[in-house]
Amino acid sequence: MSTAVFKPRPDQMGDNNEKKTSYLTAGFNIRSWLLTVDHKRIAILYLLSLTFFFFLGGMFAVLIRLELITPAGDLMQAETYNKMFTMHGVVMVFFFLIPSIPAVFGNFLVPLMIGAKDLAFPRINLLSWYLFMFGGMLGFAAIIFGGVDTGWTFYTPYSSTYANSNVILAALGAFFAGFSSILTGLNFIATIHKMRAPGMTWFRMPLFIWAHYATSIIQILGTPVVAITIILVALERLFHIGIFDPKLGGDPILFQHLFWFYSHPAVYIMILPSMGVISEVITCFSKKKIFGYEFIAFSSLGIAVLGFLVWGHHMYTSGQSIYVSLVFSVLTFLVAIPSAIKVFNWTATLYKGSVSYDAPMLYAIGFIGLFTIGGLTGVFLATLGVNVHVHDTYFIVAHFHYIMVGGAIMGYMAALHFWWPKITGRLYPEVWARVASFVIFFGFHLTFFPQFIVGYLGMPRRYHAYPEEFQIWNILSSAGASILGLGYLIPLIYFIWSLKYGERASANPWNAKGLEWEKADSPPTQFNFDKTPIVDQEVYDY
Amino acid sequence: MFKEFKFFPEQASTLAGEVDLLFYFLIAVSVFFSSLIFFLIYVFAVRYRRRSEDEKPQQIPGMLKLELAWSIIPLILTMIVFVWGATIYFDSYTPPKDAMEVYVVGKQWMWHIQHPTGQREINELHIPVNQPVKLTMATEDVIHSFYVPAFRVKKDVVPGRYTTMWFEATKTGEFHLFCAEYCGTKHSAMIGKVVVQEPAAYQDWLSGGTQNEPLEVIGEKKFQQFACQTCHADKPNSRGPSLVGIFGESIKLQNGQSVVVDEEYIRESVLEPNSKVAAGYKPVMPTFKGQVSEVSLLQITAYIKSLAKGGSN
Ligand code: HEC
Ligand SMILES: [Cu+2]
Ligand SMILES: [Cu+2]
Repeated sequence: MSTAVFKPRPDQMGDNNEKKTSYLTAGFNIRSWLLTVDHKRIAILYLLSLTFFFFLGGMFAVLIRLELITPAGDLMQAETYNKMFTMHGVVMVFFFLIPSIPAVFGNFLVPLMIGAKDLAFPRINLLSWYLFMFGGMLGFAAIIFGGVDTGWTFYTPYSSTYANSNVILAALGAFFAGFSSILTGLNFIATIHKMRAPGMTWFRMPLFIWAHYATSIIQILGTPVVAITIILVALERLFHIGIFDPKLGGDPILFQHLFWFYSHPAVYIMILPSMGVISEVITCFSKKKIFGYEFIAFSSLGIAVLGFLVWGHHMYTSGQSIYVSLVFSVLTFLVAIPSAIKVFNWTATLYKGSVSYDAPMLYAIGFIGLFTIGGLTGVFLATLGVNVHVHDTYFIVAHFHYIMVGGAIMGYMAALHFWWPKITGRLYPEVWARVASFVIFFGFHLTFFPQFIVGYLGMPRRYHAYPEEFQIWNILSSAGASILGLGYLIPLIYFIWSLKYGERASANPWNAKGLEWEKADSPPTQFNFDKTPIVDQEVYDY
Repeated sequence: MFKEFKFFPEQASTLAGEVDLLFYFLIAVSVFFSSLIFFLIYVFAVRYRRRSEDEKPQQIPGMLKLELAWSIIPLILTMIVFVWGATIYFDSYTPPKDAMEVYVVGKQWMWHIQHPTGQREINELHIPVNQPVKLTMATEDVIHSFYVPAFRVKKDVVPGRYTTMWFEATKTGEFHLFCAEYCGTKHSAMIGKVVVQEPAAYQDWLSGGTQNEPLEVIGEKKFQQFACQTCHADKPNSRGPSLVGIFGESIKLQNGQSVVVDEEYIRESVLEPNSKVAAGYKPVMPTFKGQVSEVSLLQITAYIKSLAKGGSN
C-alpha cells in the first residue's frame, strides 16, 4: 500500500506552484553561498574544496610515481621526495578522505533521508566548513612555504625534534580539520536522534544513515585524542618539553599509541560511509530489499566500537610486549568479521534481483571487488608472524590503498554518480561514466597489485631510491597510476559538462526508494520538502 | 634490464620457510573467498540482469542461518590463522641460549655494528651460517628499523631503550639490509648487506682486517675513561656497588623490589641512575646522559657482562 508510487512526480509542475525555487536558485551572489546555513549548499562548498584537495594530493602521487620509475633517485632530491609522499598522505588523509563522504553526501543527504529540513545545528555546520577551510589553508601554507617531510604519521622524535620542515603548520592544519570533523559528527548524531520525520523509526532508516551514525561516534570519540597528540608534538617542538623524545625524558612509543588510537578508527571514518553508500546503490540497482538489514546496521556499530581496540596492530615491530601484540592481533581478527558480513550480504542482495548496470552500480561492484582484496590482505597484516615481514613495506602501502582508494574513493564515486542528478538536477553522460568506471578499476589494479608483490619481496615504503630488482613492479605500478589518473579526470570533465549540457533529471531517475528520491525534487527545494513527510513504508520497499 | 622476474623473496633463515608457509595458506584462503564472491557476483549479475523496467523481483529480507554461517566460518578460520601467526611470532622473539651476540647502533643514516670480538663494520653485518645470532640494538637519534627481507625479520630500533631480535641464517651469500622505519632525508640510503659465510670463512674474516681489541677490552677502557671505577671498584666501602658478577643476577632495590640485571638495566643505571637505586647505596651516581654515546654504552655493557663470567677487576 505504498502511496508514493501513484503520486505525480513533484517535478511535473503540479498542484503547488509557490515553493518551486530549488536550493541552487535561492540566491546567486557569493554571500548567499559563503554565509549559507543550508546543509545542501554547505555540502556543495565541501564538494568544491574537497575536489581541489583531491587533485592536489593526486598531483603529489603523480610525482612520486614518476620518481619511482627508475631505481636511482634521479628526478628529485631525497628531501623533495620525502616531502612529496608526506604531503600526498597529509592532503589525502586529512583533507580529502576523512571528510569526503560525510561532509559532502552526509551533509546533503542525512536530513533528506530522514525527512528533516536541515541538520540540527545549521550554523555549526557552516562553522565546521570554515574550520575545515582554515585547516586546509594551514596545510596548504605548509606546502607553499617549503613542505613537510615527516610522513603523514608524524612519528616522534623525528617530527618533534629532528625534522627541519613545516611540521607545526601541517599538524595544526590537521588539528583544525579534526575539529571540523568533530562538529560534523556531533551534528549528525543530534540530527539522527532528534529530527527524524514521523514514522521514520530506527529500523526504517536507510543503511547510509546507520553508517553515518557509526562514523559520527568515531569522529567524536577519536578525533580529540589526535588533536591533543598534535598539541603535544607542537609543545615538544617549540618549547622542548619532554613528552616523546627520550633525550628530553619522553617516550617515542607513547606517540604511536596516541596516534594510532585515533588513526586506526580513522580508517573506519573513511570506509563506513562508503559502505553506507554501497548499501543504497546495491538495493536500488537490483530492486531488492537489502539482505540482512539488521546484520549490516549492527556490523557498522560493531566496527565503530571494535575499531577502537586494535590500534596496536600498527606496532608489532615497535618492541611492544609480545602479550600486548597478541591481544591486538586477536581483536584485529575480530573486527574483520563485520566487514566480511557486509560483503556477503551485498552479494546475497543481488540474488534473484533485477540487476541493472548504470554507472553507480558499476562503481559499487568495483567497490566490492577492491574492498574484498583490501580486507583480505588486512587479515594478512593482522597475522603476527607475517606482519613482521611486511610491516613498513609496499605490502602495507598496497593494502591501505585498496581500502582507502579502492574502498573509500570507489564509494565516493558511486555516491557522486548516484546522487548527482539529485544534487544538480542534471544527468551526466552515462556511457562516459561507465567507461570511466572501467578505466579506474583497471588502472587501480595495475597501480596497486604490483605493490603487494614488491612489498613481499621486501621493498620498504618511503624509499626514494631502491635496489634494481624491484624496478619491474614499480614500472607496472607507475603505468597503472597514469591510467588511474586519467580515470579520475574523465568524470571531472563530464560532471562539469553536465552542469550546462546535461539532460534535466526527474525527481527520481533511478526509481529508487527513499525520501530523498520519492518526496523531494531534483534539485531539492530550499527546505527539502513541501511538508514534513510521513513515513509509512519499510525501508528499501522495492 | 631485468635480471629476474621474482614473485617471492629468497628464503635464507630458519624463520623464512615458516613465514612463507603461513603466507601461502593466507593466499589460498583469500583466493578461495575472493573467487567465491567474484564468481557469485558475476553469476547473479548475468542471471538476474534486468530484462524489463517493471520487473518485480521476489524479496528476501534475510536468512538467519545463512548469516550465522558466514559469520562463524570466517571467525573460525581467522582464529586458526591467529594461533598460527602468534606461534611464529613467539618463536621469533625468544633467542636460543647459544646465540652469538652482536650490537647494532642506528644513526641517521647508517648502521654501526660491533662484534663481541671487537670488529666493527658500517652497513655490513658478517655472520656465520647455521648459527643463531642475537642483535641488541640502540639508536643515537630517531627510530630506525632493522630489516632483512631474506630472513623475514624486522625490528624497530627505538631511542631511549634497547630492542633485540634474532635469526639463524641457513644460506651463505649476501642479503639486503634495509632501514624500514622512515628516519629522515637519507632513509632510503640507510641500507647495507648481511654477509653470511661458512664458519671457516667467517673466522678468516674475524681475524683479518684491522687490528681489533675485543669489545670488553674497549669497554674497560671506556669504564676508566668515564671514571666509573672510582665508585665501582670491587672492594669494600666503595661508594657504589661492585659490578662483578651482577649480570643476569637478581638484585635488590632500595624500594624493596628487585630486578634482573640485563642490558636494559645497565643502560638505565648509567643514563637515569636515580630511577632505580640499589639497596644499601645512596643515590650519588651522576647521570651520564648526553656524555656517553650508545656505541660506548654497549661497549661498557659488554665489559660489565664479561665481569659476570668470573673475571675480576
Ligand atoms: C659518584 C660515584 C659513581 C660513579 C662515578 C658511577 N657510579 Fe654507578 N653507581 C653508583 C652508586 C652509588 C650506585 C648505586 C645506587 C644506584 O643504583 O643509583 C651505582 C649503580 C650503578 C649500577 C647499578 C648496579 C646495581 O647493582 O644496581 C650500574 C650498572 C652502574 N652504577 C654503572 C656505572 C657506570 C658504567 C659508570 C661509569 C660510566 C658509573 N656507574 C659511575 C655510583 C657511581
Ligand atoms: Cu589500523
Ligand atoms: Cu630509516
